[in-house]
Amino acid sequence: MQKIIVCLKRVVDYNVRIRVKPDGSGVATDGLKMSINPFDEIALEEALRIRDRGLATEVVIVSIGPDDAQQQLRTGLAMGADRAILVQSTGELEPLAAARVLLKLVVREEPGLVLLGKQAIDDDCNQTGQMLATLWDRPQATFASKLELNGTVATVTREVDAGLEVLEVDLPAVVTSDLRLNEPRYVKLPDIMKAKKKPIEIVAIDSLGVDTSPVHRVTKYDTPPARIKGAMVKTVDELVGALRDRGVLA
Amino acid sequence: MSRVLVIAEHDGEHLNQSTARCVACAVAIEPGGTDIVILSRNPGAIAAQAAALAGVTGVLTVTNPANGPALAVVLAPQIASLARDYDVVLAPSTTYGKDLLPRVAALLGVPQLSDIMTVTGPRTFQRPIYAGNALVTIEVPDGVKVVATVRGASFKPVGGGNAAPIRAVELPATLPAHTRFVELRTGKTDRPDLQTARVVVSGGRGVGSADNFALLYKFADRLGAAVGASRAAVDAGFVPNDMQVGQTGKIIAPELYMAFGISGAIQHLTGIKDAGTIVAVNKDGEAPIFEIADIGLVGDLFQVIPEIEKLLR
Ligand SMILES: Cc1cc2nc3c(=O)[nH]c(=O)nc-3n(C[C@H](O)[C@H](O)[C@H](O)COP(=O)(O)OP(=O)(O)OC[C@H]3O[C@@H](n4cnc5c(N)ncnc54)[C@H](O)[C@@H]3O)c2cc1C
Ligand SMILES: Nc1ncnc2c1ncn2[C@@H]1O[C@H](COP(=O)(O)O)[C@@H](O)[C@H]1O
Repeated sequence: MQKIIVCLKRVVDYNVRIRVKPDGSGVATDGLKMSINPFDEIALEEALRIRDRGLATEVVIVSIGPDDAQQQLRTGLAMGADRAILVQSTGELEPLAAARVLLKLVVREEPGLVLLGKQAIDDDCNQTGQMLATLWDRPQATFASKLELNGTVATVTREVDAGLEVLEVDLPAVVTSDLRLNEPRYVKLPDIMKAKKKPIEIVAIDSLGVDTSPVHRVTKYDTPPARIKGAMVKTVDELVGALRDRGVLA
Repeated sequence: MSRVLVIAEHDGEHLNQSTARCVACAVAIEPGGTDIVILSRNPGAIAAQAAALAGVTGVLTVTNPANGPALAVVLAPQIASLARDYDVVLAPSTTYGKDLLPRVAALLGVPQLSDIMTVTGPRTFQRPIYAGNALVTIEVPDGVKVVATVRGASFKPVGGGNAAPIRAVELPATLPAHTRFVELRTGKTDRPDLQTARVVVSGGRGVGSADNFALLYKFADRLGAAVGASRAAVDAGFVPNDMQVGQTGKIIAPELYMAFGISGAIQHLTGIKDAGTIVAVNKDGEAPIFEIADIGLVGDLFQVIPEIEKLLR
């Protein structure tokens, strides 16, 4: 296979605890640490391993986002991606719009495999990969914990509620990563230096001819009701007593 | 009045309880009617179970050998063609619904809502973002079909006793040659299902090994409980992936959740927010899980569990 495309979304780092703005108009993200969506980092790691086994020649990373998303693309290049594409967009896209934008690039680049994260940890939608596969009219294998390539066929083990499901799909295909697909590498300093020379192509979102205006209307943001800290007990007797008092233990 | 189509989840024989939770969400929309569609190679028994659910006005069955293994790529076009007669299409926010529904939405050319928690109006819904650290209210404009997955833990399954009419529909299903089902590997147990159990006993990295999990299984069996785990316990290979509770595992709402050797990372807590009573046993008194536990005990799980067992009647 020639090319693998990996989709990287810039999101608030998973270790950061976000807050809803007091007026309910949004989530305060200014000044917070931003990272590659953890699932996408796993997707990229998988693509790099496939390329390094000689099964693909090029790994292209794509992000739709603000100019600052170049930071995450630089990190992806430092991890080992060959080149990057940034589709400039200031607003948040609905997953269907993101999938339509990604489709434009997929049609242009003709990859043998497109890897995405199973979900972005900001919107938690878990939709984009499935939508892209549908629009592209190619197979999908979501929530992958194992990916094996054999010529033009991928065998994918998927984490499903009942256990593990194995699918066989013909390439080109869309695969979305689950957490246990691999453990991403750490970026080393020399790689960061090398990555500075790798190209990032900037694409204006308007040039793609996709209507990306949101269809759904967000009316407000709320802070979820917090669970109230309960009582600490000192002994197992007290613990069992407290459970019986609550009527949850016979 | 809107008409709702609920996509049934089943394993070929039994209707998954997530379907009854979807119906509860459908009913909250106060629709003109709620139909359930069952796509299967042999829908008979499942249709009867669906027809019994309170609030259901009709059950549609689509019989096709191609609908045996639930492949999103096969099911989605059938659902999309049925969806033309409905204003709202709902599926459970399980791995089945999450895999399938975005395809339906893409075929219909409408955005999808994920994980409805609350119906706040006929066309407005609340859903979690940022691992449940914020809730967003979304309004679907008039004329746009509502296509949404339903967060099961937020809705109590509707009861039974109904006898809705069952109707077979014929739909052309094209079997795409490009996607082939190979196998489903399930660790079948006699324990209650994690997503529907009244009591869940859960272990984390603190349990230490797969062998040590035997202690939790034994304890769970005494309580008639399901067993869950943190991601760290799954990653370490102590237990299989289908036991993971949390943002990227299962979201559950048991009456009683007992966490042993789990620190309480935000991604884990997202999965248990709606539990009735949360018990935490951890040897570190500073563990964040104590911030949300109803009953906390600082202690060594290997001592605490046998002691609790001794006190059980
Ligand atoms: C994108 C993303 C998604 C994630 N999704 C999930 C998810 O769905 N579910 C999930 O669980 N995690 C998830 N995580 C991981 C999460 O951040 C934590 O790393 C994980 O939950 C930690 O598991 P743990 O509490 O078992 O382990 P640790 O944090 O290592 O905690 C182990 C605890 O055991 C205690 N302990 C040790 N020995 C004993 C003993 N003998 N007796 C009593 N207590 C003991 C320790 O004091 C410690 O508090 C996700 C992470 C990311 C980045
Ligand atoms: N703006 C974006 N830029 C690049 N990739 C994206 C973007 N939005 C979504 N994706 C990809 O789609 C996956 C699922 O996102 P979501 O459907 O929003 O949960 C992510 O893990 C990314 O791989």
